[in-house]
Amino acid sequence: MSDITVKVRRLNMIEAINEALSVMLERDPDVVVFGEDIGFFGGVFRATAGLQKRFGKNRVFDTPINECGIIGAAVGMGAYGLRPVPEIQFADYIYPGLDQLISEAARLRYRSAGEFIAPMTVRSPFGGGIFGGQTHSQSPEALFTHVAGLKTVIPATPYDAKGLLIAAIEDNDPVIFFEPKRIYNGPFSGYYDKPVEPWARHPDSEVPEGYYRIPLGKARIVREGEAMTVLAYGTMIHVAEAVLAEKGIDAEIIDLRTLVPLDIETVEKSVQKTGKCLIVHEATRTGGFGGELSALVQERCFYHLEAPIERVTGFDTPYPHSLEWAYFPGPVRIGEAVDRLLKA
Amino acid sequence: MAKRPASAKPSGGNLPPLRLHVPEPPFRPGDPVDYSFLEIPPAGAFARPDEACTTEETHALCHGLIRVLDEDHSAVGAWDPKLDPETLRRMLRTMALTRAFDDRMYRGQRQGKTSFYMKCTGEEATSVASAFALADDDMVFPSYRQQGILIARGYPLTEMINQIYSNKADKLKGRQLPIMYSSREHSFFTISGNLATQYPQAAGWAMASAIKGDTRIAATWIGEGSSAEGDAHAAFTFATVFNAPVVFNIVNNQWAISSFSGFAGGERATFAAKAIGYGIAGLRVDGNDALAVYAAMRWAANRARGGNGPTLIEHFTYRAEGHSTSDDPGQYRSAHEREEWPLGDPIMRLKRHLIALGEWSSEQHEAMDAEHIDQVKAATKEAEKNGVLGHGLHHPFHTMFEDVYEELPWNLEEQAEQAMRERRTKWPEWKEP
Repeated sequence: MSDITVKVRRLNMIEAINEALSVMLERDPDVVVFGEDIGFFGGVFRATAGLQKRFGKNRVFDTPINECGIIGAAVGMGAYGLRPVPEIQFADYIYPGLDQLISEAARLRYRSAGEFIAPMTVRSPFGGGIFGGQTHSQSPEALFTHVAGLKTVIPATPYDAKGLLIAAIEDNDPVIFFEPKRIYNGPFSGYYDKPVEPWARHPDSEVPEGYYRIPLGKARIVREGEAMTVLAYGTMIHVAEAVLAEKGIDAEIIDLRTLVPLDIETVEKSVQKTGKCLIVHEATRTGGFGGELSALVQERCFYHLEAPIERVTGFDTPYPHSLEWAYFPGPVRIGEAVDRLLKA
Repeated sequence: MAKRPASAKPSGGNLPPLRLHVPEPPFRPGDPVDYSFLEIPPAGAFARPDEACTTEETHALCHGLIRVLDEDHSAVGAWDPKLDPETLRRMLRTMALTRAFDDRMYRGQRQGKTSFYMKCTGEEATSVASAFALADDDMVFPSYRQQGILIARGYPLTEMINQIYSNKADKLKGRQLPIMYSSREHSFFTISGNLATQYPQAAGWAMASAIKGDTRIAATWIGEGSSAEGDAHAAFTFATVFNAPVVFNIVNNQWAISSFSGFAGGERATFAAKAIGYGIAGLRVDGNDALAVYAAMRWAANRARGGNGPTLIEHFTYRAEGHSTSDDPGQYRSAHEREEWPLGDPIMRLKRHLIALGEWSSEQHEAMDAEHIDQVKAATKEAEKNGVLGHGLHHPFHTMFEDVYEELPWNLEEQAEQAMRERRTKWPEWKEP
């Protein structure tokens, strides 16, 4: 930020998201924010705190507990000309809205040859690590990356969360915006038995006031390196970063930020440089987005690869409550994969 | 074999065994048809409450049947919209044109000019009379059997046929199944093939209109069969919670492909009665009586525009033809149903009313039918210049990849190149027209 009048504060991810919503409600009278418990109460994670008071009940309001209705109404509002930003309280609750997302929001532009569009951003906390059990911990991003017409965005820092959310709201296509709730209040090293670090100590918690956007489809190189390429997003960026730092590996860590559209150029360039690729996500393994990444890397970087591509993921089980940390792809699972890549 | 809980033998002691009820329609192929079990109140039997009334005041109307045209073809009772003869004639012409269009397109499908067609024969009033009662810029979220609305709003027949043929002039670029029209210009939302999805969307559009302080309302249609979808529940709930200016129409044409209305709960309650539980106004109307349909829609539209919230209208009608060109109703229902349907045919009824008024004649009607045949034939010829399905006159190849997103991402660019390559491999001489 070259403009010296822009104030930069340290925010956590919730505050950054709240600010993005606030900025867009202020800038664009067509932006409306709605969802379960998001109005007077300000959302179960406080992401919409204060917005109803500031912008009024006409633009920030609670809805019935009906995700089909929330997404369906958002499609209709988009057709009217509004720019709806519905919240689905947990990603695990999004399934009743899938028909409206897949058959409607994602297809409107195509089926009407551009007459009607669905410029909505569906915000939803996702991922585990908060003892949410199997219905408050899932990472269903691959269901959405599989749908032509949807964009899928996942921020990993407060700075990105604000800039990406603003870009998503301004985007004229429907965007699924998954917020990794484990890192709402601080980056997570993967060591659940160590004290939580607040965002305040992380450089990417520096968030400028006001409007800025991070374009969708542009990955972020978290750290440049030579030993291997790590492809990850959301919470797993921080876990991978911690493991590799601990092991002293000069890895290049790429935060994909947007799964669709994917920044394939950055991925290719990095893997062609390092010759090794580690893919990390928290979602279940089979049919996960890691499979797509692995296929793309194989198709485009095969002759640069010096080792088989490694995928570190959650297990193919529902997210277990008591054994949450046995499911979670933590430091041990990542460490093993890193060792295999180094030995190859 | 995998272990599973035993499909237990009844062990209820002396209690009577439970029985599953699987609904069965009153008549199957070959059965004689007797509709005397239907309760058909006479025209003019119901009072017309104030448009701003409480929802409770509409409860009787959810179980009754609003009818205006009586046995003598006169318009009677409080619901008579008292339309002038010219409006009545325009309504008649629009319904008749819709039927002529359907007949021609149906034949076109049989002749291989397109893959699919759906007629609305016998149900023309439910869309045409409704469209007449709405403002032209009220937003409609139709299902697949409301072509009458587009015709009422003056959408060119040639454009409809271009869409049906998926030809090079099709405004939807050949992407949609025939009859899944879209016209923003005519406030006609893009039709989905997935059922009832338009219901919560209409509620959302109406909410947006209220958020913006607009004066336009939304109206939406589903069949009685798809009223079973969860989307209907979502829509009713959102509409009642936010008092959205939307009119919900359930076209109860008795049949959802081969499933009779009993599979949507029709054996237990009327479809209009769903309104009662949601606390929204409900009307049940003779869907083959264009004046009653007009009056009901006008009442609901005025109510919505006056800030008094949503209305659910059940149009009690009969699907006179198959569900689409893909099914043979002779396989699942009695062929006598159509002729025995006690509420007659909407076009015939309005025609007789106009004749009784001295504002129309059989000769005029015949002349009109002949004109419509010519009009549709001319539109068909015009559209055929742009090609019929599968004859190569489609939109440019690259359009297949456009409009998935606002901008083409790299993967679609790559796939578009691949598609062109495949084309050239198969037909080396091929050039994009």
